[in-house]
Amino acid sequence: MTDEIALSMEGLSKRFRTSGGWNIAVDHLSLQVRRGETYGLIGPDGAGKTTTIRLLLGLLSRTEGKSSILGFDSMNDVYEIRERVGYIAQQFVLPADLTVMENMSFFANIQGVTREEQKNHIPELLAFAGLTDFTDRLAGQLSGGMKKKLALACSLIHEPQVVMLDEPTLGVDPVSRREFWNLLGNLRAEHGLTIFVCTPYMDEAERCTQIGLIYEGKLIASDTPNQIKHLVAGELLELTPSRFVPAQELMTGLEGVLEVQTYGEKLHVFVDQANRRMAQIEAALKAEGITDEGIRPIEVRMEEAFISLIRRQTNTEMKPAPEIALKGRV
Amino acid sequence: MNQLNHIDNQNINSAQPPIIVEGLTKSFGDFMAVDHVSFSVKAGDVFGWLGPNGAGKTTTIRMLLGLIKPTSGSASVLGFDPVTQTKTMQAHVGYMSQQFTLYNELTARENIQFYGRVYGLERDELAKRQAEILQMAGLVGRENVLTSQLSGGWKQRLALGCAIVHRPQVVFLDEPTAGVDPISRRDFWGLIYAMTKKGVTVLVTTHYMDEAELCQRVGFISGGRLVAMDSPSQLKRTHMRGQVLEINVTDPEKAVRILKSAQQSHKIPLDEVALYGAQIHAVLPDAEEYKESIRNILLQKNIQVNTLERIEPTLEDVFISSVT
Repeated sequence: MTDEIALSMEGLSKRFRTSGGWNIAVDHLSLQVRRGETYGLIGPDGAGKTTTIRLLLGLLSRTEGKSSILGFDSMNDVYEIRERVGYIAQQFVLPADLTVMENMSFFANIQGVTREEQKNHIPELLAFAGLTDFTDRLAGQLSGGMKKKLALACSLIHEPQVVMLDEPTLGVDPVSRREFWNLLGNLRAEHGLTIFVCTPYMDEAERCTQIGLIYEGKLIASDTPNQIKHLVAGELLELTPSRFVPAQELMTGLEGVLEVQTYGEKLHVFVDQANRRMAQIEAALKAEGITDEGIRPIEVRMEEAFISLIRRQTNTEMKPAPEIALKGRV
Repeated sequence: MNQLNHIDNQNINSAQPPIIVEGLTKSFGDFMAVDHVSFSVKAGDVFGWLGPNGAGKTTTIRMLLGLIKPTSGSASVLGFDPVTQTKTMQAHVGYMSQQFTLYNELTARENIQFYGRVYGLERDELAKRQAEILQMAGLVGRENVLTSQLSGGWKQRLALGCAIVHRPQVVFLDEPTAGVDPISRRDFWGLIYAMTKKGVTVLVTTHYMDEAELCQRVGFISGGRLVAMDSPSQLKRTHMRGQVLEINVTDPEKAVRILKSAQQSHKIPLDEVALYGAQIHAVLPDAEEYKESIRNILLQKNIQVNTLERIEPTLEDVFISSVT
C-alpha cells in the first residue's frame, strides 16, 4: 500500500433544482482515498452516495468544489478516468440474451481491449469470479449472486486501477454477499486495487479499510471502522426490561447515561462507565418494579455508532434535542 | 368489529401455537421449492425465516397465506387451514411485502382508509384505527401528504399500519426493511415488538443478519429444507461449523495471500480465510490448536502477528456455515 492518493474530493457539492427550490444532494464533501484502500461510503437511501459516485466519475457535473481520480479531474479528464476506472452502477443490468462469455467480449470491445489481451484476460477473470463452468449460460439465467460477480468481472476487463461500486450487494442474499466481498478482498490482496464502494449495509463497513458515514449529503465521519466506533463516547450496556417504555424513560433520566437506543425488545444504553453504572441502573429498575433478564456490557457495532453520530449531528442542528426534552418530562 | 369477525375470534384456539407447519411441501415439477418443512411459532414470538434467494422463504409464506396450495403436508394459522379456510383465516392475518404495496397517488390517510374498507372495517372502528395508525407511524401532521412524497421510513411504517389495520393476530413481513435507513429500521423493530407485547405473532424474512439477531427464534431454510432452528444465541453455540479467529498483522494483504496458499496446500485446515478491513478472519476446526502454526507461517515471511484471538461468530457466520 502506498501513500499515493487515488481519489480526492474537496468541498464537493451538488445541488439539484426542484419545484420547491434547491435540493442539496451532496454537501461539501471532502475526503481522500489512498491507493490500495477499500473505502466504503456508508449511508441510508437518499443520503447522496450515488450522486457522489457519479460526480467522481464525471457523469454528473458538480455545483461546487473539486474532485479527481488518480489525479485526473472528474469534469475535465473524463476519458483518462474511464480508461483507468471500472464502474458498476446501482441498477446495472447485463445484456440478458448474451452468454457469460459474450458479455465479457462485449465489454472488452467497448473498452478497446485487443483480441490478444482478451484471450488471456477473459479466462483469468472468469476463473477469479468462479464463472469458468458457466461461460455458455445466458446472463439472464444466472442467479442474483452470479450476475453481480459477472458484472464485477466485466468492470475489470480493461485492468482498471480503481473500481467504483454502487451498492453492488443490494438484494443479494448473505451467502452471495459474503462471496462477493471475498472477491473484493482478493482484488485488494493480490492486485492492490483501490476500491470505492457505496452500501447501505452497516456490517459491510467491517470489510473496508476506511469508511465514510454519509447522511443527508454530509460526511459525518471518515476513518477506519475501528476509529469510527471509538468516536462514540461512552460504553454500551444491553438490557431486556420487563416493561419497555417505562424502562426507556427511566434510563434517559439517569445520571451517567449518555444515550438510549431501542433494539427490538432490548435497550442499548450508552453510559460514561459501564462498571460503575450497571448496579445503579439495576437498582433504579428494581425501585420501579421493573425486572430485567440481566444487564451486560456489549461491544459497540457500526450500526450503534452510526445512529449515535447521526443523532448527535441532527441534535446540534435542531434544538431542543429530543433527549433533553424527554429528561424534562421524567 | 363486525359480527363476522366476532364469531371467528371465538373459534380461534388460543391453546395451540398460532403457526404450525407440518411436513409442508411444494414442488413445481421436479423442483422441490419447499421440502417437508415442520416448525411452529409460539404466540407473541418474533420468528425470523431466513435463507438464500430461491431457498423457499416466499413460497412458504405464500402457502401460509393460502395463496398457493401445498403439494403435501399441512399448515395451520390461528387454527385455520389456509387451504380450506382461506377467507376466514385472512381476516385475522396481516401481510406486508417488500414492495410496500401502497398507493402512491393517495395520501397516507387515504391508504389507511382504503385498506380498512378492503378488510371490511365499520366506520367508527376505521376512524379509530386510522388515528391509532397515524400515531404509531409518526404520521400525525402528515396525514394529507401524498404517499409518493414520504421518505422510506415513513412509507414503511405506513405499509405496516395498512397491513395491521384489521388488528390481525398473526403478521407476515416479507423483507420489510429493504432500503430503509438504520434509524427507521430501529423504530420499525420497536413497532414490531410493541405489537408482540399485545400478543401478536410475527413471522419475518430478512437479508439483514443483524436484524435476524433481533428475532426470538430463527429458522434457516436452504434448498427448500429447514436446516436449523433456534434462538440466535443458541444457534451460535450449536450450529457453527468450526471457530472464527481474528488475526491482526502488519501487512494483512500479504498475510492473507500466505494463509490462502497454506489453505491450498492443506498445511492448515482453513474452511475460510478472508480480509475484514485491516484484519483477517479465518474459520477453522480448532482455533487454539492452530494458533501457533499460523503465527509461525506468517513469521517465516516476516509478518508480525499483533493479535490472534478467537471471536464469537456472527449470525451471518453461522448462517453461511449452515446453508453451504
